[in-house]
Amino acid sequence: MGAILTVQGLTRFFGGLAAVTDLSFEVQSGEILSLIGPNGAGKTTVFNLITGTLLPSRGKVLFQGHEITGSRPYESIALGIARTFQTTSLFYDETVADNLIVGFRCRTRMGLWDAVLQTGRCREDERRCRQKAEEILDFIGLGERASELARNIPQESQKRLAIALALITEPKLLLLDEPMGGLTEEENIGMMAVIQKVRARGISILLIEHKMKIVMNISDRIVVINYGEKIAEGPPQEVGNNSAVIEAYLGAGYAKT
Amino acid sequence: MNRRVGKWITLAIVVIAIIIPQVVTNKYYMNILIMSGIWSIVALSLNLILGYTGQVNLAHGAFFGIGAYASALMMLKLNMNFWLALPLAAAVAGVFGFLIGLPALRTRGSYFAIGTLCFNIIVTLIVDRWEGLTEGARGLMGIPGAASIPLPWGGEIVFKTMASQYYLVLFFLVLTIFVLRRIMQSLVGRTFRAIRGNEELAEAVGIHAMRAKLLSFTVSCFFAGVGGVLYASYIGFLSPEITDYHVSFDALIYVMIGGIGTIVGPIIGTLLFVTIPETLQVAAEFRLLLYGLILIVMIIYLPRGIVGWVKDLRGRKRKQEAVWGQS
Repeated sequence: MGAILTVQGLTRFFGGLAAVTDLSFEVQSGEILSLIGPNGAGKTTVFNLITGTLLPSRGKVLFQGHEITGSRPYESIALGIARTFQTTSLFYDETVADNLIVGFRCRTRMGLWDAVLQTGRCREDERRCRQKAEEILDFIGLGERASELARNIPQESQKRLAIALALITEPKLLLLDEPMGGLTEEENIGMMAVIQKVRARGISILLIEHKMKIVMNISDRIVVINYGEKIAEGPPQEVGNNSAVIEAYLGAGYAKT
Repeated sequence: MNRRVGKWITLAIVVIAIIIPQVVTNKYYMNILIMSGIWSIVALSLNLILGYTGQVNLAHGAFFGIGAYASALMMLKLNMNFWLALPLAAAVAGVFGFLIGLPALRTRGSYFAIGTLCFNIIVTLIVDRWEGLTEGARGLMGIPGAASIPLPWGGEIVFKTMASQYYLVLFFLVLTIFVLRRIMQSLVGRTFRAIRGNEELAEAVGIHAMRAKLLSFTVSCFFAGVGGVLYASYIGFLSPEITDYHVSFDALIYVMIGGIGTIVGPIIGTLLFVTIPETLQVAAEFRLLLYGLILIVMIIYLPRGIVGWVKDLRGRKRKQEAVWGQS
């Protein structure tokens, strides 16, 4: 086991406003860790800081023991950190299969000359991409929609595709930003199965989710943040009974004394 | 379109393109065809960065002009052979593209468009004022045409007649199509399309967006340079206007009207816009007015150009057939 991701004293200011303050936590290898907190608590900012979309004002991010603070998104992907976005982000004008094929580009090496001269490496990389896309399509259960445009498939399928697109980059750690947002009760259960299947592949998961029932059900541990600061951390039952957490979510009057 | 049908159509077009000079002997029409060929190369190259990579480059006239001037200067001042000047001058255009791309491609959307437009204006100004090098407004005259190619078994290919000039341009047009097609159908092309679709997501799946955009831009400028070289040696005269942003907008219109993000689109657009005003003899001022009007109408009603429109029609028909098939 051991930590796959370590966040130490992470801080980020937007102007004078602290979006994330001195945040530290670890994702253990193979676990599902949920990051929860009220709207605007800074959860997505934490994702952006980990993947390198944003630079931290202070603090460190370590992946498998190596510091990766401030690395660019394509560098984090190469190391094995993939993410999805809160608003489902896809290449909407491409087919489902094409969405995935380009997702494996980061694991191929062919360049301009390979393309122009149609070298063996060009054909080999092309073949690997298609093969990988097929495998991931089967895994995520979108095989039958392969040739449809991403914008034409149902919302739930789009959410699956977004996860597939992160998975095809062969991550060791997957950051999921509200994968169940806007899904029905029934679809939630399907998505939960998907997440558990991903974990079964040996991929660690850092999850942002608002639906508490699911968070309580699926997480090994939970980190709660409010106004960019960590207010609680622990297994689901423990966090659910934490008075600071109840106060943050429901207001001071509801906290058990 | 059925793939086999497509192949036959392509073959038919190539055969027609080869036969044309044997049938058309009128110098005036041959001139229009040669110019269409040169501008098609420029439009196709613009389409790589504009249509496939989604970056609105308004400096294509400058890169066309840089290629043209570079080759003319190499041939006039350094006595360089045309066949050496051609790749070198195109490379100069490519290098300029790379250097301008480094800062300009950091910006997105309209900022990139404005940045490149400014660059274009600067290039034209420099070409106009640096008389010691470019002869300024007087222009460069007497630029040599394509040098003849000696054949190993004696004799040589000479580029004196209109037909031979036409074949020269046709060769480079086919080469441009061939190279750009291979790029666009490869994983490299997929990364360009991904950036056009959603740059943030492209980065999130591990694409080095800056590097990919820079590559696309450099290749695009290189082929604009090829077009410039062909133009310079065909016309034999260059003046600063040929680097002007009007050229950029012309190329932009050819791509937009023909069909952005397709291979045939820019060629169709170029053929239409080079041929029709010539045959209708529309005065230059009205021509620009007309361009503006057509562009507005097209963007409102056919945003994906003629080729995009035909594709949509085909798609709709197929969908209807599918519905009928089920009932």
